[in-house]
Amino acid sequence: MEHEITLVVNGTARRVTVPARRLLSDCLRHDLGLTGTHVGCEHGVCGCCTVLLDGEPVRSCLTFAVTVDGRDITTVEGLAPAGGLSAVQRAFAECHALQCGFCTPGFLCTVTALLRDNPAPTDEEVLEGLSGNLCRCTGYQNIAKAVHRAAELLAEES
Amino acid sequence: MTTKLFGEPVRRREDPRLLTGQGRYLDDLGRDALAAAFVRSPHAHARIRDIDVTRALDVPGLVAIYTWEDLPERVARPLPLLIPHPALTHGRTAYPLAREIVRHVGEAVVMVVAADRYAAEDACGLIDVDYEPLKAVVGLEEAVQGAQLVHEDVPGNLGTHFVQEVAGLDGRGAREAIEAAPHTLAFRLDIERSASTPLEGRGVYARWDGRDLRVYSSTQTSSSVRMAVAAALQLPLTQVEVIAPDVGGGFGVKIVHPWPEEVLVPWAAMTLGREVKWAEDRREHFISSAHERGQVHYVRVGFDDDGRVLGLDVTFLHDHGAYTHYGIIVPIITSTQLLGPYKIGAYRVEFSAVYTNTVQVTPYRGAGRPQGAFCMERTMDKIARYLGKDRTVVREVNFIGPDEFPYDQRMIFQDGRPLIYDSGNYPEMLRMIKELIGWDEHVGRPGTGIGIGCYVEGTGVGPYEGGHVQITSDGRVHVSTGLTSQGQGHETVFAQIAATELGVPIERVSVVTGDTRRFGYAVGTFASRAAVVSGSAIALACRKVREKALRIAGDALEADPADLEIEDGVVRVAGAPGATIPLGTVAVLANPLRYAFDEEATRATPFAGAADFDRPPVAEGDEPGLEGRDFYSPIRSTFAAGMHAAIVETDPDTAEIRVVRYAVVHDCGKLINPMLVEGQIHGGVAQGIGGALYERMVYDAHGQLVNASFMDFLMPYATEIPHVETAHLETPSPLNPLGVKGAGEAGVIPVAAVIASAVEDAEGIEIDRMPLSPSELFDLRTARDMK
Amino acid sequence: MKPPPFEYHAPRDLDDALRTLARVGTDGKVLAGGQSLIPMLNMRLMAPAHLVDINRVASLDGVEAGAAGVRVGALARHSQVERGRSHPLLTRALRLVAHPVIRNRGTVVGSLAHADPAAELPAVLAVLDGSVRLARWESGRIATREVGAREFLVGPMESAVRPGELAVSAFFPALGPRTGAAFEELARRHGDYALAGVCAVVRLDEDGQVAAARVACTGVGPVPVVVDVTEASRDGWDAAARRVQEEIEPEDDIHASAAYRRHLVGVLAGRALGGAAREAAGGA
Repeated sequence: MEHEITLVVNGTARRVTVPARRLLSDCLRHDLGLTGTHVGCEHGVCGCCTVLLDGEPVRSCLTFAVTVDGRDITTVEGLAPAGGLSAVQRAFAECHALQCGFCTPGFLCTVTALLRDNPAPTDEEVLEGLSGNLCRCTGYQNIAKAVHRAAELLAEES
Repeated sequence: MTTKLFGEPVRRREDPRLLTGQGRYLDDLGRDALAAAFVRSPHAHARIRDIDVTRALDVPGLVAIYTWEDLPERVARPLPLLIPHPALTHGRTAYPLAREIVRHVGEAVVMVVAADRYAAEDACGLIDVDYEPLKAVVGLEEAVQGAQLVHEDVPGNLGTHFVQEVAGLDGRGAREAIEAAPHTLAFRLDIERSASTPLEGRGVYARWDGRDLRVYSSTQTSSSVRMAVAAALQLPLTQVEVIAPDVGGGFGVKIVHPWPEEVLVPWAAMTLGREVKWAEDRREHFISSAHERGQVHYVRVGFDDDGRVLGLDVTFLHDHGAYTHYGIIVPIITSTQLLGPYKIGAYRVEFSAVYTNTVQVTPYRGAGRPQGAFCMERTMDKIARYLGKDRTVVREVNFIGPDEFPYDQRMIFQDGRPLIYDSGNYPEMLRMIKELIGWDEHVGRPGTGIGIGCYVEGTGVGPYEGGHVQITSDGRVHVSTGLTSQGQGHETVFAQIAATELGVPIERVSVVTGDTRRFGYAVGTFASRAAVVSGSAIALACRKVREKALRIAGDALEADPADLEIEDGVVRVAGAPGATIPLGTVAVLANPLRYAFDEEATRATPFAGAADFDRPPVAEGDEPGLEGRDFYSPIRSTFAAGMHAAIVETDPDTAEIRVVRYAVVHDCGKLINPMLVEGQIHGGVAQGIGGALYERMVYDAHGQLVNASFMDFLMPYATEIPHVETAHLETPSPLNPLGVKGAGEAGVIPVAAVIASAVEDAEGIEIDRMPLSPSELFDLRTARDMK
Repeated sequence: MKPPPFEYHAPRDLDDALRTLARVGTDGKVLAGGQSLIPMLNMRLMAPAHLVDINRVASLDGVEAGAAGVRVGALARHSQVERGRSHPLLTRALRLVAHPVIRNRGTVVGSLAHADPAAELPAVLAVLDGSVRLARWESGRIATREVGAREFLVGPMESAVRPGELAVSAFFPALGPRTGAAFEELARRHGDYALAGVCAVVRLDEDGQVAAARVACTGVGPVPVVVDVTEASRDGWDAAARRVQEEIEPEDDIHASAAYRRHLVGVLAGRALGGAAREAAGGA
């Protein structure tokens, strides 16, 4: 059976008809064409599919689209106005915190929420915050560095 | 020169799109394509008695179901054996879909095409395959016994037997030299299976328009996929184009080609006249792509009182898995790169490679080198322990001296060419790593352990890569090369090379890789070769273009080209301000036109200005346009090197192993972009830590991969990876125009050896098997205490 | 790795949810946080005909803390309970559950109903002798029963929830005066299910002597292994730890041997009991 739902994605209400079993990750990618959210394991371990649900990072591969009918979702495409980069995105570029880029959207969503809740995290808090996302390329060192750099950039902006 | 960018930590040009979700990975393409899924064998070894698709036929959205019998003859054949070798006497490859026998869990049996992946999986679940299970061969020991065969026509499961021997300078063989040596040691060393596991799996998307086939593949070699697909589908090469879009990591597994799916998906697209896509899921990646690392080594070494190795005799077993699609590159690399930075008196290496009912083995970053470094570096530590000497002292007496290059190891390397080291400075590197980690201050400090590991890595293997460079009338520089990118930052480093060679701002340079529409001749991205081989080819192509630009500009400026220079994209007479011409204008002059379509083109039309009526508009032997193409084909590999050191703490109660410090000194010749090289090292070390302490592929006796998920295959998170301290030595390669060596694989190579060295130092227990978990360290402690 | 088809139900209130569960019986599964259920569906390890999504049942997301303890509603997320800090041991255990992003969706009660013997929260419920409230639709009204931890945790991945029932809340008794608690575990990677873990509660009497000491161990038995070590602790925490080692039933798996797990539980029990006692003394 198909369900008609509305998701407020990156500030825009999107109406879409999906079967109940449609994963939020697939709904975003294939129904709404927002392919920035990636799918790396579909069992909740890698974190590539992390998006913000009402501001909180969640695994979109472990969420049915129908469950979040009416809710607010932010994907990597919505972290900054078109053509611009958020402080977190700028810090990732500056610190060479990505290589193949496949895990990056999940990290960006996770870090965006982390720094909103904790604008000046310690090294340990940064590692804890990053600990649910796998990266196979960078060894994480530059990602951790980028989180601290993003905290600086955000502090300068505010 | 303001445009000199070679050697600078230039920010990546890939990043803006990847940071904003605008990357285009395989599964981001073909939104309307049909989806493929596969019924894969649940048995490690079985005969297929029957396939019944009846129950699947009513699945909504089902489009087609194919078994081996449905495939045309040319598609149905076994996949090509990519790198034949005389020692691989019994090479065997899989059929794209299993024919009669399945030889590992995960082997594709039936292909389903449906409206979307959900429906395709529904149909897969309703296809009944009747298997007659056969006894599975699992593990090297069982395979060697040969009681049960993986392939009926491969006796003893022995695919390969290989011996290479280098006599000492006195003419004695290794075994003789060991017998005669003052001291000898013999031991066994094990490394378990791991895998590349890029976060994006494999994937293929094909479009057929009735005449031309376009294939997108998440591959490390689009040019070779193109040739393989054209051959399998019997299409003229010119009607097939293959594009590697953004690729979410490769680390070796995506160099294999054609994967069954790379043939089947395009074939289905042609057969159905519809776009078809397959995006591998994580479970498929674990059980149906490729693994590496698993080897058992038996080492005998003879040495003198100083620890100088007089003879080394290594025999090892290599696990092919079920098939040898990629030949025997991995064990050949182990056998040759084992020697590291050392000159060994006499060396003999022998390996047997056997089939098992497990996923096939193909290169994973490091490709046999981590095993080789583990053998050699464990050997050095054991010699030091035996003689009561410092581990670095024993290494140093065996080093090839800085004045001994080129140094001929007198073996044949993985590329079929001589193993001759081009340059290096190992004693200096040792001094640097000891200083960086504080070796002398730390050795002997209780409660922790310190370890070291050295390696040499043959990089930049041939046969060749090419580069094409075109300057258009807008002054933009378009660079293309055929090899592919999986996150290395090629768009940035190749742009740095072009910008430096041509004297243009990097913002005006764009780079395309892995697109056969732009550049058809290529080999692929593997063996730390892209910067060396494609980088050199692009530099050479740029030099051709530069020469032509200066010639044309010389005519226009009435100057000797030798007096011209290019800065910020403008050609000028050195020392004569005012006499300038932008490269865009040179491009206009390089291409005489009949028709004007914009202001720039107007300047190149027949009545635009003075012409030399004695010459044709395009001179004999010349070509229109400001572009050039060149190739670089290395005479042999160039040899990068590195030394790593680590300090570990082992918990006396829980046997947890914590890496407190990790230091790397690395020499990849001249650095094109130090920021990116560091990134490669960080990532390589992280994979090495994974291989040393966390990751393994565990098969049970029935050939089931019992940890085929990220829940149980323990790829490290940020919380498991230490901070890596790095220092660089730059010993230029004399072999290529840029003086560079490869950097991609380096970080991973010695890590298992380094951690073993450090844990051994902390615990006083010999560590001969990796990876090492707390449970296994506890077992080692228990065994020691019982002695 | 896509979930199989199922019929989806999204009840708006508890009555509706329980009526639906009664109707679908053994063919139904409850979807709360989904952090354990959806991976299993994606891997097609289960294919329930009906999924009853309780995420819209607003009355279930409460966390009520009182003197006797804290009652956690079926929709209260790990992260919400963790931030609420209404029970020190529960808060500490929640920080060990998976990763922050998983805790944003996963629910405390869902974790209990999932009854993974390697999970932290069943051990907390067990060591505290807490309980789970189960509700069902019966004769046109809601009927409930309160099931103690020992009866609730039946076996590996098996709880006392019957077809048609919904675990609506869990009750974690307060620690009480002069009582300390600790949770020690060792996981291969940060956030993984631990190889073994020990959750300890120690109550001191007014003289600072041990009045009660209890542990629950994860990963070394079919359910959390609860051991009362009040007696054994009179000979010191090492003796108590040895007592714990005698009670567990560890097994080999790909991550650790049974012998190592037994050793590890001894180490962790010593650390956890010592930590709990220090806390009890500090808080007295």
